[in-house]
Amino acid sequence: MTPVHSLTSPLSSSSPARALSGLPKGKMTENGMASRGKVLTIDTMNPTVKKVEYAVRGPIVQRAVQLEKELREGAKKPFAEVIKANIGDAHAMGQQPITFFRQVLALCSYPELLNDSTFPEDAKSRARRILQSCGGSSIGAYSASQGIDCVRQDVARYIEQRDGGIPCDPDNIYLTTGASDGIVTMLKLLVCGEGKSRTGVMISIPQYPLYSAALAELGAVQINYYLNEEKCWSLDISELQRALDEARRHCNPRALCIINPGNPTGQVQSRQCIEDVIRFAAKERLLLMADEVYQDNVYADGCKFHSFKKVLFEMGPEFSNNVELASFHSTSKCYMGECGFRGGYMEIINMDAEVKAQLTKLVSVRLCPPVPGQALMDLVVNCPQPGEPSYNNFMKERTATLGVLAEKAKLTEQILNTVPGISCNPVQGAMYSFPRITIPEKAIREAKEKGQAPDMLYCMKLLEETGICLVPGSGFGQKEGTYHFRMTILPATDKLKILLSKVKEFHQKFTQQYS
Amino acid sequence: TLVLRNGRTGKMTENGMASRGKVLTIDTMNPTVKKVEYAVRGPIVQRAVQLEKELREGAKKPFAEVIKANIGDAHAMGQQPITFFRQVLALCSYPELLNDSTFPEDAKSRARRILQSCGGSSIGAYSASQGIDCVRQDVARYIEQRDGGIPCDPDNIYLTTGASDGIVTMLKLLVCGEGKSRTGVMISIPQYPLYSAALAELGAVQINYYLNEEKCWSLDISELQRALDEARRHCNPRALCIINPGNPTGQVQSRQCIEDVIRFAAKERLLLMADEVYQDNVYADGCKFHSFKKVLFEMGPEFSNNVELASFHSTSKCYMGECGFRGGYMEIINMDAEVKAQLTKLVSVRLCPPVPGQALMDLVVNCPQPGEPSYNNFMKERTATLGVLAEKAKLTEQILNTVPGISCNPVQGAMYSFPRITIPEKAIREAKEKGQAPDMLYCMKLLEETGICLVPGSGFGQKEGTYHFRMTILPATDKLKILLSKVKEFHQKFTQQYS
Repeated sequence: MTPVHSLTSPLSSSSPARALSGLPKGKMTENGMASRGKVLTIDTMNPTVKKVEYAVRGPIVQRAVQLEKELREGAKKPFAEVIKANIGDAHAMGQQPITFFRQVLALCSYPELLNDSTFPEDAKSRARRILQSCGGSSIGAYSASQGIDCVRQDVARYIEQRDGGIPCDPDNIYLTTGASDGIVTMLKLLVCGEGKSRTGVMISIPQYPLYSAALAELGAVQINYYLNEEKCWSLDISELQRALDEARRHCNPRALCIINPGNPTGQVQSRQCIEDVIRFAAKERLLLMADEVYQDNVYADGCKFHSFKKVLFEMGPEFSNNVELASFHSTSKCYMGECGFRGGYMEIINMDAEVKAQLTKLVSVRLCPPVPGQALMDLVVNCPQPGEPSYNNFMKERTATLGVLAEKAKLTEQILNTVPGISCNPVQGAMYSFPRITIPEKAIREAKEKGQAPDMLYCMKLLEETGICLVPGSGFGQKEGTYHFRMTILPATDKLKILLSKVKEFHQKFTQQYS
Repeated sequence: TLVLRNGRTGKMTENGMASRGKVLTIDTMNPTVKKVEYAVRGPIVQRAVQLEKELREGAKKPFAEVIKANIGDAHAMGQQPITFFRQVLALCSYPELLNDSTFPEDAKSRARRILQSCGGSSIGAYSASQGIDCVRQDVARYIEQRDGGIPCDPDNIYLTTGASDGIVTMLKLLVCGEGKSRTGVMISIPQYPLYSAALAELGAVQINYYLNEEKCWSLDISELQRALDEARRHCNPRALCIINPGNPTGQVQSRQCIEDVIRFAAKERLLLMADEVYQDNVYADGCKFHSFKKVLFEMGPEFSNNVELASFHSTSKCYMGECGFRGGYMEIINMDAEVKAQLTKLVSVRLCPPVPGQALMDLVVNCPQPGEPSYNNFMKERTATLGVLAEKAKLTEQILNTVPGISCNPVQGAMYSFPRITIPEKAIREAKEKGQAPDMLYCMKLLEETGICLVPGSGFGQKEGTYHFRMTILPATDKLKILLSKVKEFHQKFTQQYS
């Protein structure tokens, strides 16, 4: 808490620990000399920032990075390398970028290459189109704060095609710095009130911890609704109702966030479920936030991605004219895996016009999203078409990448389910598995003595013994008394098999050790 | 009215049917967001964009094109990128080009170095949240060279999404307290309105200290003291922000001034935030950029061990002008270790700054050296770009000062001029009737009559009863001359019209 100003007279007092011009007292060092405390300390910093946690890059990852450093410096470990299966970073784990995209980005970066005959015409024409829409024909110019016009138009067209012709207004598209940026911006717009009227936001448990972090920083109330692990992480409306009714007693619930396909849980919600959620949001007057960054990552038979926008409009005007919806997409996942470019967009449906003007104003302060990321998003939504020179190769790369992910999803589920004490739901989509692990009582007690979550103790030991870095389920939220970890399915197949067999081995050893 | 299930009242439409209000309305949104303003892309720019659209659709206007002299966007106004930088970025984007003999070896070696430090050798991988290690090391080395050998710890370097990101993050860390103990942050008037916007959004108290227009926008410590003492009555002042070279004012502070500010911050226990994004944009004879870091350390351990300092740089300005890449860094000096851990945690939530921007920053701090193949061309481009800016700075000052009723301080650095304009009483009254700032009325009329888009001084802050506009010096020299003559013509006409 902020220290109270000293009331003693500022400069006249002569004692060593004198109060300095109305500021907190200086500390005494050992030799009696006054040592002034810093202006910015853990006690005088923004309290909401302290509440923020982000497990995906939290303590276990910091330890993994430390171990990597030690290995590089020649230290002897029970493993030859650290495998970072903590984060949805496809390229870092060996996935290749789409050739066409990188050709266009190179052309945009260094337009001299437009004279280079080794680049295909369709890449050149897209590069020219992007450059013409940039100030001074340079991707180094700021763009409009909402994003480059022609990119937003291309995004709108893409959405129309994806959603069976349902119209999309480019003016409802905002390009963002990754999907995270759009999500945080929407939450920021929403949050208001005090005490019992403080804004509450519903989010699935387990969730991707950007949501909990953003809500903590904004001082909003996080309202947890539990996905049903026994039913493949599906969403029960009765659980939404329970969570909402309980929350209404202490806050003002105003939004409902849903991640589909799910992170960390990997479920692909059925169309019926999406309709039910929309109906619920309409009835209970909640703004819907649909995080759809994994929309191309759908693997399981019988599963299909249904965008919230499409379902909303297919439900007719009673819903499509009224439900306020924000949908989010990104260049970081799917088959592109271009995390480092920080490309993304959001589509805003039924937003109040005055609020939209405020949104436009708010994003203008940060000038614009990174233009290379905007260019990349343009290529995602305006990819090579049949008949174009790059089409075959593009489709080959895309299909291969998604195919390999589908195989690895199945492999991961299969192998983990052979381990006694590990139980893994099908990885229907996204990039992760979130298996439930049984942790022996003895280990649970040891963890609690250490002030550690039991699955953190588990994951830390796994890291130290095998070099495999996963994220404990406690970082995402889980039903009380259950434990999980999240691992990505991204390592190359051979490495993934090794990883899974080491996890199996470790789990059996751990269970034995703590029996 | 109709009371709905959750207790809220719905609105009635004209035919008596219940119409439900939206969840998110102007009354139910975040109140601090409503207080945010950002004039550089505010209403006048929205009108300029509208006029451009009308022109494209064939509308007849008193002008053939809109000239956007509102924003510090060099490439948009025709400045060329540095060839070497774009070659390396192309190589990083499409490493196949490493086999292309038309690219110079020094570009290839830098590209390889950057790629090797990326996950999976791809700029599409997330980087560490603090930024790519080798880039931070290169930044640290650059700072050491710039500052005459004063050590720089790479661990104190955070790469950011433009300088704006770092500035907002620091302010976010700082702000706490309630009522009279609410954090106050000192900022120059005039200021770059990112600061006022961020402070408004964070609900912090903005503490204005006035730069001295009569003395070429210099900073008087007595004015800092006045502002601080007054602020202490109603808030808890904890930081002091300074932009050097200045935006919008263009002054390059003297070394003495920088020392005085550091002394003041030390005495009054303020965290210093030094916005130095224009550090290569120094034009006037006798002016030199002195980094706050360097001066701090040259003042000896009493200061260099104690003053908490955050310095900010960017790829958007200087001779690079690469605004769209959103590259930047901050150097953190004397930050409490626990707070630093919190900072590292905070930036991790957004994963990492854009990797192309990080690569670009690496090239800025690790540019071609004498003996390298690209050195001559690089120096030629850099020198030409900075030279042209220096000429335009002088030209702008000269021409504006020939206009009766316009008075322009020397543009010592940065990219803007911020001349004072005399607005006739009659125009001031008309503006006030319209609920408009007088310089907004002026700039709007200028826009409608000439197509020239500037930003009214009210968007940056100015002494009560004075009026200004900010224009960039970025249009190509010929266009700049036309712009200045039109401004001159407009001013005379406007003055006459409202006499």
